[in-house]
Amino acid sequence: MTPAIAQRPRDAAGTRPITHSAAERVRNVVSMTRRNLVHISREPMQLSDVTIQPVLFTVLFIYLFGGAIPIPGGGSYTDFILAGLLTLNLVTSTMGTAVGLATDLHEGIIERFRALPMWRPAVLVGRSLADLLTACLCALVVAVTGLAVGWRTSAGPLPIIAGFALVLFFAYSLSWVAACVGLNGKSPESAASFGFIVLFPLAFVSNVLVPTQHMPGWLQVMADWNPVSAVTAGARQLWDNPNPSASIAAWPMQHPIEASLAWSVLILAVAAPLASRYFRRRTTE
Amino acid sequence: MADTMIEADGLFKSYGETRALAGVSFSVPAGSVLGLLGPNGAGKTTAVRILTTLALPDAGQARVAGIDVLAHPAAVRRQIGVAAQDATLDGLLTGRQNLVLVGELSGMRTGQARTRAAELLELFELADAADRVVKGYSGGMRRRLDLAASLLMRPPVLFLDEPTTGLDPVSRQRVWEVIRDLTGSGVTLLLTTQYLDEADALADRIVVVNHGQVIADGTPRELKERSRSAHVEVTLAEPEPGAAGVIAPLVGGRVSVSAHGLRLSAAVDTAPGLATALVRALDQAGMLVDNIEVRQPSLDDVFFALTGANVPGHDNGSGATGTSAGLGGPGAGVAELESEGAQA
Repeated sequence: MTPAIAQRPRDAAGTRPITHSAAERVRNVVSMTRRNLVHISREPMQLSDVTIQPVLFTVLFIYLFGGAIPIPGGGSYTDFILAGLLTLNLVTSTMGTAVGLATDLHEGIIERFRALPMWRPAVLVGRSLADLLTACLCALVVAVTGLAVGWRTSAGPLPIIAGFALVLFFAYSLSWVAACVGLNGKSPESAASFGFIVLFPLAFVSNVLVPTQHMPGWLQVMADWNPVSAVTAGARQLWDNPNPSASIAAWPMQHPIEASLAWSVLILAVAAPLASRYFRRRTTE
Repeated sequence: MADTMIEADGLFKSYGETRALAGVSFSVPAGSVLGLLGPNGAGKTTAVRILTTLALPDAGQARVAGIDVLAHPAAVRRQIGVAAQDATLDGLLTGRQNLVLVGELSGMRTGQARTRAAELLELFELADAADRVVKGYSGGMRRRLDLAASLLMRPPVLFLDEPTTGLDPVSRQRVWEVIRDLTGSGVTLLLTTQYLDEADALADRIVVVNHGQVIADGTPRELKERSRSAHVEVTLAEPEPGAAGVIAPLVGGRVSVSAHGLRLSAAVDTAPGLATALVRALDQAGMLVDNIEVRQPSLDDVFFALTGANVPGHDNGSGATGTSAGLGGPGAGVAELESEGAQA
């Protein structure tokens, strides 16, 4: 038995490198995604930032600021802010990708994965897909809460879905940036600080919560060119919700859908290869 | 069967200032068990990490199942099973989910992986705990699950890094049984351990490493023969303060006396008629001998002789050889203190 087994690799070695077929890659990614979803089911509190937080934010912002913030061009603050809340929640929840990957790297399980003949990028892709699924749950929670507190849209079903897809795609690309952070962090805790240092300013210096018209000049420029603003304006436009950014001359505000797609593709094109390089570096010694 | 399945050739590896391996070479013939033996920090784990594609050597060559580890790591991964020193399991998955995941990631279909997982859970007596989350498993259960995971694909080459470290004696025996069953099936096995009795019990050949270098290589028997010293132990009927002085000239070494003064022990060169000479000398001094035992060198003695140092932690698991207190380990310090007390 043994000589026969010993023979096979000898033939394979040197002649051609071992590669994974597309089907094998997909199966590996499905396995890893499922694993990450089981993790969430074991510790449901992990989901609080995509379930409880959106409800809190929605109720809080609408009732706190609702009466105080006039929307240039008219319209209700509730209709205005819903797209913003969706973006805000999804952007901040990408922190979970950073923490999850950093945690994986600190557990022995990564050693097991590395010694298996698996398609290694499945570790990253499986993580990002599991996080995309929780992001979809988050979007659903935001939508339902919004409807409950009076958010309305006159858009058809396709533009409504397109609006959600636009924001989800952006969050997905951003989760690869979070992956880069998680792969470079010393610990899960340091990966978590990414949320407060990068994601919160990114989400808040934008048209998410307030129209940018009233901001000081320099801040308004930053906000108008912030990808988060483009994504939010894009969703507002698709949903026929109040979109005061439409009266701003900056290119991304005039073409929010194109701009947000461009941002998402660009971020993904840079961050995904970078993440897999960091992963390789981090798992080589 | 003469095929070499594992080959390490001049491996060097440093981590920053720490030199983990300084030119380690060994080979393992197909179907045999190599025990890589050494104290903590000797370089055992580093050697295993290089052979299992987890680390790159600074210099040297490695081949597993005839495949160059550095050139074709992915091909090597299809031939090996690895159970690392720290159990590498997903604490949030159940035992069964862990095994199925490993199977799927190794290229098995889900159904196939489930069947094999059930088989191994049964074999490792984990069937009852199969659907519990691994976080709640005991150390022994984790080890067994880790072993099961490494066997999932029936790999022809298996690496077990300190498979019984930290286990209680019962779990340890169980792991030993599993390893013995494996070795009968044609698998080539590299086992690292800091327990001499473990290497003695399981390995066909032993490579002793210390400070990143191979300091001895041979069958357990050859290594024992290489160390010429035997061990003698005399039990007296009643404490005799002068006994150590009586036998000291005959054994040519330091005599240890137990706390109650009844038992004397010493390392000796095996000589014909030694027991007779000892009993006669004690008899002439008017001392009654209850028992005398001349013991062939254990691997403990060999290891102690080779490294000239205590063996950290080896005492934890010395139960299985059935010898009295070994030479290495914490026991050695006590024996020397006693002997100094006796000579004073």
